[in-house]
Amino acid sequence: MLKLYGVEISSRLMLGTAQYSSPAILIDAIKASQTEIITVSLRREMSGVKSGDGFWSLLRSLGLRVLPNTAGCHTVKEAVLTAHMARDIFSTDWVKLEVIGNHDTLQPDVFALVEAARILTEDGFKVFPYTTDDLVVAERLLEAGCEVLMPWCAPIGSAMGPMNLHALRSIRGHFPGIVMIVDAGLGRPSHAAAVMELGFDAVLLNTAVAKAGDPVAMAQAFAKAVDAGYLAHHAVVLEPRDMAVPSTPVIGRAVFT
Amino acid sequence: MKLIVNGYEHEVSAQSLEALLRELAFEGEWLATAVNSELVRANERKNHALKDGDRIEILTPKQGG
Repeated sequence: MLKLYGVEISSRLMLGTAQYSSPAILIDAIKASQTEIITVSLRREMSGVKSGDGFWSLLRSLGLRVLPNTAGCHTVKEAVLTAHMARDIFSTDWVKLEVIGNHDTLQPDVFALVEAARILTEDGFKVFPYTTDDLVVAERLLEAGCEVLMPWCAPIGSAMGPMNLHALRSIRGHFPGIVMIVDAGLGRPSHAAAVMELGFDAVLLNTAVAKAGDPVAMAQAFAKAVDAGYLAHHAVVLEPRDMAVPSTPVIGRAVFT
Repeated sequence: MKLIVNGYEHEVSAQSLEALLRELAFEGEWLATAVNSELVRANERKNHALKDGDRIEILTPKQGG
């Protein structure tokens, strides 16, 4: 079973809660995905509205584990403060740590990420760092105290799927005992299956489900793909061969003259 | 005194953070607060005295990926 900072999790799919066309579709998609972990953010409240209460009470009714993010933070200071505010409100020491370094690609500022991860770990947080597929950055994040890594496979919301299979294979192979969740860039269930086949432990999705024509059906499709990829990895996938190899026995073949 | 609350200037009479939330009708149960980029926990708001020019952030759970 998947273990995240000592917590056993059955589902290997984690789901974001943004961009759904209605609260009802969000809830149905979460249920269809069978996820046990949902991501949320913190944003400014408006006076006299209580907008957060409605949204949060809806999600709380599902009884799932919440992973607050620091989305939109561009500095160590912003990310650390946001994490502390999230811990105060959600009463969890889990945090999906994002420190964005570029507006166009939304790629992480890996230097700030490592520094923020170190500070938050010292402050008692269980950090889930949104990072690139860079091997050395992964090492630094582990040194900073992270027990889970969340490499991207493509830019957030791009739906491009795994862009650099070599890098993903390398990072996976280099840290065999570390839990790795592919976060960001997945567009299709086949993308999720592909990274699970490589041996990644889970995937984190949002846009690919929320912006699908039928988010509820797509959530189901991703759940099946994640399970299929996980099973395939453990069943040991047949490597490609250059030449054809008959599957039907050659011996005993009739000879007609 | 004048405060900056979620990016907007307000003239308020509240002296504590808890009183400010009441005065400006931030009535939600699920709020996180920071004053001048420092966390002020929910149970500290009553005793957190405000001063002129303080910058206050009031956040709440929202959709996130």
